[in-house]
Amino acid sequence: MTATATNPTGTTATTGDVDDTASVTARVVAALGTVRDPELDESITTLKFVASCTVDERGTAQVRLRLPTYFCAPNFAYLMVADAHDAVSGVDGVSRASVVLDDHFASDAINAGVAARAGFVASFEGEAVDELDTLRADFVRRAVLAGTDRVCRPMLAAGTPASAFAGMTLGDAPHTPDRERLRQRRAELGLPSGDDSPLVVDAVTGERVVDTDLPMHLNRSRLTRVSAEANSGVCRGLLRDRYPETATISSPDSTHTEAAS
Amino acid sequence: MYEKNGEKYFIVDSHMHFWDASPENWVAGHENYAKGWIDCFHAYQSLGPPETHWSIEHFQKPSEEDLMKDVFEDGHVDVAIFQPTYLLEWYRNGFNTTEQTGALAEKHPGRFVVNARWDPREGDAGLKQLEEDVKRWGSKGVKLYTAEWKDTSRGWTLKDPEAYRFLERSQELGIKNVHVHKGPTIWPLDKDAFDVSDVDHAATDFPDLNFIVEHVGLPRIEDFCFMATQEPNVYAGLSVAIGGLMHARPKFFAKVMGELLFWVGEDKMTFGSDYNIWEPKWQIEGFVDWDYPSDEFSDYPRLTTDTKKKILGLNAARLYDIEVPAECQLSSASSEPASQDDAALVTQEEARV
Repeated sequence: MTATATNPTGTTATTGDVDDTASVTARVVAALGTVRDPELDESITTLKFVASCTVDERGTAQVRLRLPTYFCAPNFAYLMVADAHDAVSGVDGVSRASVVLDDHFASDAINAGVAARAGFVASFEGEAVDELDTLRADFVRRAVLAGTDRVCRPMLAAGTPASAFAGMTLGDAPHTPDRERLRQRRAELGLPSGDDSPLVVDAVTGERVVDTDLPMHLNRSRLTRVSAEANSGVCRGLLRDRYPETATISSPDSTHTEAAS
Repeated sequence: MYEKNGEKYFIVDSHMHFWDASPENWVAGHENYAKGWIDCFHAYQSLGPPETHWSIEHFQKPSEEDLMKDVFEDGHVDVAIFQPTYLLEWYRNGFNTTEQTGALAEKHPGRFVVNARWDPREGDAGLKQLEEDVKRWGSKGVKLYTAEWKDTSRGWTLKDPEAYRFLERSQELGIKNVHVHKGPTIWPLDKDAFDVSDVDHAATDFPDLNFIVEHVGLPRIEDFCFMATQEPNVYAGLSVAIGGLMHARPKFFAKVMGELLFWVGEDKMTFGSDYNIWEPKWQIEGFVDWDYPSDEFSDYPRLTTDTKKKILGLNAARLYDIEVPAECQLSSASSEPASQDDAALVTQEEARV
């Protein structure tokens, strides 16, 4: 007997045991949802980068990823495929994972490198000097800046003067998904992330931002968020043109989407 | 010239092309790259209004008649600046060379400015070619594409000593304007290829050259804006910002415009259609009509008619010494384009917020 399960990302499971493989598939999809585009700081499922996801009765998970253009930056592409491979491999019930990037100029190098767990330098022999940890950390820092704006902007709109932020803690901000997302990104960098930690911190040192530095810091935070959201908007538009069927698949998270006019 | 509500706008399209990406021009064995490149550009066109979309065949190779009609006859443009992109690894005769665009410019005197290009990896031969191109076409500007592939290399940076040799020679040859475009690949691949810090270095070390960062540094608008506040000779090229966001993502477009006006300022922003990714007509008409869509954007600097006149033509005319008819000048003497001190003004204003 064969059954097919579908979910909002358009993934399917084909299996002889409906309950088991369907639940494994659901866990695989959830795991993929934790993988982010490091540049855009959004989930690859929200971004519709997951083209397909199947799990067979032996626990073999096969995931295909796709990106907005043939020339998307190979370093970020590599991170997404490698992270997806790690996330899916760790799912209970998955015995073997295959994650493949389609339609990209560096698909072969990335797919072979990730499958062999070779690392970025070995996958792009002669073209890279270091692994991608520094690049990733730089973009998590940008995510902290953008996240600071997402938390602080509504507080400013509600009447909190910017000068008051200097004395506030993360716990003083309203409990919102944006605040928790900011907390998580700060924790990833080893920055203070508890409720008693400062609301606005330097994304490199973790020091509280105060006084004359605060207006500049808030302006840069807003700018960083605008940049990321504009990029995300362009990427979504290009993906929709490249894979028109994505226009009909609803996204589980519409926080950062905006309808075309 | 474009006229609306009695106001006359002198239009300089400061970033456009005349390319051949047809399959006949693809390099054998590199067809995937040539196709991938033009397909990607074509996808960008989809971000414009549906009635302006072209078939891929038309898009790959527009004719001379198409360009003259789209840009000048229908598109309101007074002077267009050709920005070359060679990509000889993928396109046999080049994608959009100075030679190709220069030939068209010669047939239509007064319509085009022909920019040259260079690539530091070409060494002395590249310097010689640059000299010939500048003499042949009278170029006052160069377009640099740091992500261009060459043999096994996946790009270069303006920090390279060899690049400085080319910048020095450019200056000696009378080049004033350096248009920089970042792309997805550069050596080494583990670095952020879109990083604009090399432009920062070059702009500091070559204060008499103007650096126009095309596509406003996208996807690194934040780095670009912050650099532009510190470097008086750094400009924002608006190609892609208007074409890619104004129609498809109006809210993000408003935010990006607001940030650019805040950090960079209206005297240092230049319109470019990026033809033939997008036609200039809808971009110019839309931008002249444009304002922030709601009060949500009240923190950002306002746009006036003069702001739009500067961005659509007067700023680029100043950079390229293009004569502007008196009827298209700014409506009030008080808003003459500012000098290079405006970066300091932005910083002061910023500190008051």
